[in-house]
Amino acid sequence: MSKINLTINGQPVEARAGMTILEAAESAGIEIPTFCHDPQLVGVGACRICVVEVEGGRGLPAACVAPAGDGMVINTESEKVVQARKANLSLLLANHPLDCLTCEKSGECKLQDYCYRYGVAETDYPGEVKEIPFEDSNPFYERDMNKCILCGKCSRVCFEVNGAGAIDYAYRGFKSTIAPAFEEPVENSPCVFCGMCVDLCPTGALNPKLSKGLGRAWEIDKVKTTCPYCGTGCNFYLEVKDDKIVGVTPDYDSPVNKGNLCVKGRFGWDFVDSPERLTKPLIKKEGKFVEASWEEALELVASKIKETVDKNGPEALAGLSSARVTNEENYLFQKLIRMLGSNNVDHCARL
Amino acid sequence: MTAKPKIIVGLGTCGIAAGGQDVYQAIEKALAENNIDAELTQTGCIGACENEVLVDIQKPGQPRITYGKVPPEEVGNVVTEHIVKDQISRDFVLGKIGEGDLPAEYEDIPVFFEELPFYQKQNRLCLRNCGFINPEIIDEYVAREGYEALKKVITTMKPEEVVEEVKKSGLRGRGGGGFPSGLKWEFTMKAEGDKKYIVCNADEGDPGAFMDRSILEGDPHSVLEGMAIAGYAVGADEGYIYCRAEYPLAVKRLKLAIEQAKEKNFLGNNILGADFNFDLKVKEGAGAFVCGEETALLMSIEGKRGMPRPRPPFPAQKGLFDKPTCLNNVETFGNVPVVFLKGADYFASIGTEGSKGTKVFALTGSINRTGLAEVPMGITIQEVVYDIAGGLPGDGEFKAVQVGGPSGGCIPKDLLHLPIDYDSLTDAGAMMGSGGLVIMGLDTCMVDIARYFLTFTQSESCGKCTPCREGTKRMLEILQRITTGEGEPEDIEKLKTLGDAISSTSLCGLGQTAPNPVLTTLRYFQDEYEKHIFDKRCPAGICVDLLIYAIDPELCDGCRRCVKACPVDAISGEKKEPHVIDTEACIKCGACLEKCKEEAIKLQS
Ligand SMILES: Cc1cc2nc3c(=O)[nH]c(=O)nc-3n(C[C@H](O)[C@H](O)[C@H](O)COP(=O)(O)O)c2cc1C
Ligand code: SF4
Ligand code: SF4
Ligand code: SF4
Repeated sequence: MSKINLTINGQPVEARAGMTILEAAESAGIEIPTFCHDPQLVGVGACRICVVEVEGGRGLPAACVAPAGDGMVINTESEKVVQARKANLSLLLANHPLDCLTCEKSGECKLQDYCYRYGVAETDYPGEVKEIPFEDSNPFYERDMNKCILCGKCSRVCFEVNGAGAIDYAYRGFKSTIAPAFEEPVENSPCVFCGMCVDLCPTGALNPKLSKGLGRAWEIDKVKTTCPYCGTGCNFYLEVKDDKIVGVTPDYDSPVNKGNLCVKGRFGWDFVDSPERLTKPLIKKEGKFVEASWEEALELVASKIKETVDKNGPEALAGLSSARVTNEENYLFQKLIRMLGSNNVDHCARL
Repeated sequence: MTAKPKIIVGLGTCGIAAGGQDVYQAIEKALAENNIDAELTQTGCIGACENEVLVDIQKPGQPRITYGKVPPEEVGNVVTEHIVKDQISRDFVLGKIGEGDLPAEYEDIPVFFEELPFYQKQNRLCLRNCGFINPEIIDEYVAREGYEALKKVITTMKPEEVVEEVKKSGLRGRGGGGFPSGLKWEFTMKAEGDKKYIVCNADEGDPGAFMDRSILEGDPHSVLEGMAIAGYAVGADEGYIYCRAEYPLAVKRLKLAIEQAKEKNFLGNNILGADFNFDLKVKEGAGAFVCGEETALLMSIEGKRGMPRPRPPFPAQKGLFDKPTCLNNVETFGNVPVVFLKGADYFASIGTEGSKGTKVFALTGSINRTGLAEVPMGITIQEVVYDIAGGLPGDGEFKAVQVGGPSGGCIPKDLLHLPIDYDSLTDAGAMMGSGGLVIMGLDTCMVDIARYFLTFTQSESCGKCTPCREGTKRMLEILQRITTGEGEPEDIEKLKTLGDAISSTSLCGLGQTAPNPVLTTLRYFQDEYEKHIFDKRCPAGICVDLLIYAIDPELCDGCRRCVKACPVDAISGEKKEPHVIDTEACIKCGACLEKCKEEAIKLQS
């Protein structure tokens, strides 16, 4: 790949031919704000917050899609650029509920971050504000399209990565919004509740329901783990506050799943602290499950195995293990059953 | 020369809208009743739309006589008198076209294209067949050198030579951007690809524009021929015409033309015996202005939501279905056969240094002669407005002309001398756009005009870019405030700041040019904005909320009805004496107006 040389903010930068201005800047440690850009999606240049000034060029191109050229002299924070970004933010604020105090996204909201960065406290252009009904009819996430800044990341990840294509832009002009077909609730659309849209949304427009009220962004620690649901072994971060799990965020660097998750991994973490969760073995006595100690339970299992093998031969024995244990544990389990003389062994990975 | 008398009725959309079908039927009836053996046929728009319904009668050996504004009740008579008695109706005759003798008493009938002021300064290259052929009969196109250019290109030229010729002609895109067509063809020709496409942009979404429609309705084959030549040049074997569904007649005639061209092997496989295949399809648009933007248009053909995408890659590299695609406007393709029939040098001899050939304009607004005019590039606005369009009606005074539709700008009186070419218009803050010219008199409010165009672009923004979607909304709100008397001193600055931000940071041409109508009216008519904002007056008398209620002392008989009607006691005066309204106190409810029997209460600007 051939190299190109350009100057960004007075600093000489060597980049690969074919890079966008944004990529070239990032490779030199220069950060340019973005709302609609995501490395896993096709660039669309929608939000226009990443505009930069290119010497001798016309207008202010969007860094996320404009190709970096050899010899370009670029300024990512010139007065013109800053003015344009302020105007952009001011326009977004004019059409955005300013309820940061109670917004779940506060602290990790890009709109908030950039308004802080460019000192935009309120809009210069007050006027009509959109009023789109709040949608929370599904069990997994809420859609508050009044907070949507129409970056389109949700609809693109849904189409390009998941393949569901459940949502897209609807209407034109000021009425534009993101919606499932015919503005039905998402549960009536091809949505499979993978939550990828929720994870990419830069604002508080898409919120996981279970995490509501459980903690602010800055109170939360992230602990990397492997999903316990199936043998695929997707990685993600558990969001933890005061030793309690309060949510899940994707790990885009995971070689297994690159941040993608299914509904169980993404939204099904609440079993961990469920009061209904079994923490002790149960033995059925006189038709009822009764709590028992591990010694008693293991004793019982061993004796039943022995009894079965003695009475009906090892072929009468079958082992069914769980998809929610590790490969190593499953390996040991099948070994155990085979050692006992039976080949009847399986597990429940029937997703 | 025809053996039978021939009667031609203008049945473009303009003709039909003026009652052309009724006229056609009335003629049929008259011919039958009077046993007249004549050929009755139809044609597309000849440009003089305001004179529709146009009826032409040609007797063997005589010039063709054009009648205008012929009502169905009269047309039977006109036709019968003309054909049977050689009497030409002075009430309706407009001019004569072509060679032949007329009885001496009619010698004075003006020569249509040379003596009628509407046509004198026109140069009809692209519209050469409009009004002359029946667009539904391919033989009529062929009889006027139709498909000769294609034949010449396929049989005598290499693709590179074709591209070279278009480059040499200086033809630039007529769809708005003015990109050199030869260069575009060259990029597509050189692009790597096992499959390439030609696409014709027939979306024509500008309000007030109807050039492309007239060409499609009046001479569809010229567009097909241009596309086939492009296909041969760039190596494409398939093309699409993206035509707005609101043009049903154009769609019908295009489909018919494609069918007929296939029968004659001007389209299809091994065209004219050569190793060249080219097929065409019509795709109907669903009425979004933004789908005229080339990348949105391609998405729309692919069955996706029409939204512009960033360029590069340009369609020439990666277009329809990701294949190299050469996309041009209707008028651009319509000019292509001309380039090859008359030669690139001829084409380049017309126009200015940077803008070659002619441009078709749709003339509307406050003028005497509305219609379509094809003029050489470089003609001044003055000539178009006064010589061709005949100036403003009555004693109307020219104020401005809006060039290029919602993406264009308002050009004031001081710039009437401006030549119409791509660069001069852009320098003046407007743009050629697709070629709409709306002429406005003193009774037009410039703030209101800006508001009108912005209402359009705001509702047509595809919704993708923040500045375009949100910014045009705020500009519109500011304009709405100003026109209703709620304007604030800082509004002018806000409009300029927002306008600059929107044009410099939007993704596509829609956003980049949406502020033009506001920025140009601010540039040339800022005083009018100021009057609205500071004096709460609308000098043109258009913005209703800014009008003042006043009593004409000449008419007022002091009956006091208005005094009783006024809810805020703003009217005073002695009985039987003229009354006056205190404009400060008046709340403009109009109650007095309704009660005054003498019609003495007037709205003043
Ligand atoms: C919002 C928008 C609307 C447009 N509408 C049209 C249109 O209706 N017809 C057209 O030919 N070009 C239209 N264009 C221009 C096209 O994008 C494109 O430049 C043109 O069709 C290329 O053809 P040309 O080079 O022959 O002009 C539009 C552009 C924009 C940004
Ligand atoms: S949850 Fe997944 S499938 Fe559903 S809309 Fe979001 S991205 Fe699409
Ligand atoms: S919901 Fe979020 S991700 Fe989707 S367009 Fe709106 S702001 Fe972007
Ligand atoms: S400038 Fe406007 S119409 Fe064009 S892509 Fe952006 S939002 Fe859509």
